[in-house]
Amino acid sequence: MAKLPILGLFETADNAADAGDALKAAGVASTDYDFLTDAPYPEGAFGERHESHRLYIFPFVGALIGLTVGIMLTSMTQMAYPLVQGGKPILSLPPMAVVTYESTMLTAIAFTIIGIIFESRLPAFKQGLYDTRITEGYIGVLVNVDEDQLTQTQTLLTQAGAIDVVRKS
Amino acid sequence: MQEGTPLQSRQVNRELLVSILNSPKWFWMVISVLGLIVLIAMSAAGVLINQGFGVTGLNRPVMWGFFITNFVFWIGISHAGVMLSAILRLSKAEWRRPATRAAEILTVFSLLTAMLMPLIHTGRPWRTVYWIYTLPFVPYDYARGIWPNVRTPLVWDPSAVYTYLTSSILFVLVALIPDFAVLRDRTTGLSHRIYGMLAMGWQGNPRQWKLQIIAGVLLSALILPVFVSVHSIVSWDFGMAVSVKSWHSTIFAPYFVVGAVHSGVSAVALVLIVLRYIYGWQNYIRHEHIDALGRLLVVVATGWFYFFVMEVVFGFYGREADEIAVRNLQFMVSPWNIWMIIFVGITYFLPVSIWLSRSCRRNLWIMSVACISVNIGMWLERFLIIVPGLARKQLLTFDWYTYRPSLVEWLIVIGTFAMVSMLMVTIAKVVPLIPLYDIKEGEILRTEIKIGRVTVPATFRED
Repeated sequence: MAKLPILGLFETADNAADAGDALKAAGVASTDYDFLTDAPYPEGAFGERHESHRLYIFPFVGALIGLTVGIMLTSMTQMAYPLVQGGKPILSLPPMAVVTYESTMLTAIAFTIIGIIFESRLPAFKQGLYDTRITEGYIGVLVNVDEDQLTQTQTLLTQAGAIDVVRKS
Repeated sequence: MQEGTPLQSRQVNRELLVSILNSPKWFWMVISVLGLIVLIAMSAAGVLINQGFGVTGLNRPVMWGFFITNFVFWIGISHAGVMLSAILRLSKAEWRRPATRAAEILTVFSLLTAMLMPLIHTGRPWRTVYWIYTLPFVPYDYARGIWPNVRTPLVWDPSAVYTYLTSSILFVLVALIPDFAVLRDRTTGLSHRIYGMLAMGWQGNPRQWKLQIIAGVLLSALILPVFVSVHSIVSWDFGMAVSVKSWHSTIFAPYFVVGAVHSGVSAVALVLIVLRYIYGWQNYIRHEHIDALGRLLVVVATGWFYFFVMEVVFGFYGREADEIAVRNLQFMVSPWNIWMIIFVGITYFLPVSIWLSRSCRRNLWIMSVACISVNIGMWLERFLIIVPGLARKQLLTFDWYTYRPSLVEWLIVIGTFAMVSMLMVTIAKVVPLIPLYDIKEGEILRTEIKIGRVTVPATFRED
């Protein structure tokens, strides 16, 4: 049976956390409900599941690529213009250092940005059930349940203190 | 330090989005006036490109003047954004919240403006494509047998500035995603669609917030070394020049970086004061924030003053004739010596004596005067480094000359200040200059604790 979303809106973090507890007690899997807020709350404030990510890999991969590109760019540029200056070698390391450093940092930062967007599961082209009151300070508890459990979940959210429960029309 | 009254999310949205959702009456008038000044500056640049460098005051041996001074100045201003934002984020300083966004955006616009200066200074900006594309598969225009020096320190500069600009833009954009979502929910029609695309489907679940917080810290840690590299590399535009004695100094890198922070943080303080005044953000940009910036500036200014004194001392210490000639010009010959006294007075002694007083740090008018004074002084500092050094570049005295900027140069320099102001006012109409979610997070974490018989405001801080 296909799962359908239902969104409960809460005024306080305590009520939203109570709703989370009630959902857990009702046997809803932790991957089937989420808390939507307009600001970051301390981790675990709603008793939500622990989120793991691999963001830290991205800057390292980016830095390695940037370092390689930087070395290639600067060395190939010098080799392409084989003009001797002041008796110094054609392939001179000091002029390469700064450009290579900058290219390493630039690519590390660019990959970090890609990592943040990727790990945040963005862009989300199809936005699920949502309510604009969330960005006014209400806390949304978004639950995905089987169609036959929608009414039961709605009651559960209301009992936990939801000021409104929204279903997909 | 935790002043002010608790704020509700709805109130934060209403008050901080006032610059976007309501068009103040003065908006178009200010844009028109600043736009006119920018147009005049662009016309002056057009005259320069059409007529050649004869319309400027630049001539042998002073071939770097107002444009390069202005370039270094705007690069310096750009340092405030990342310095404030990154260091305060990493140290989880509570008073960073209202200051970070405006500082980061100021970084982007001042960098863009700075990058215009060397382009104009070339006189033939279309040829600067060869600065970037010195790759084997792009043919170089080696007319008259002149080949590029791919090993010059001048190549380092665009690579550093470009890295810093790209990183800063990405840093700002990532931090804006949650605020774009707020705007998506508060707008209709085309604006709603555009903000919706920029928000990329942001919902604000714990995973997204967790990554957003980590992003702030991780990007701060990555951008900080770039921030240090940029102005040190700008200083090497001068420090690596063997032939100009007063420039050829190893102290230039830290001296320039600390100077940049000095002028940049002062500029951010001024921008915050202006934003507080024009948008009525008294609940957000509070006296405690300006006070904190003032205290920080005392330390930065004193660090800068130390490097300034050492740079002069080292200049004398070597007792080289052409170095002494430059110092003689700077300190003994009018009008340079008068400019030098003014510069030191308004960059260090006047503002620091103001910042030492708590009541002055909390008086926004006095703070504005101090911040403007620092920035005029720091502009003069760059001018007094660049021009006297070149005026006494040669050992042979018959080749000594001075420099007088022309009207074209004045107009272009004034135009850059109008341009940055115009861009700041324009961006305030598009994105919130104070991060909404950061302020809301501060309100969530705000608490009070009772110690003995007093109840003191406190902030919960996560590791």
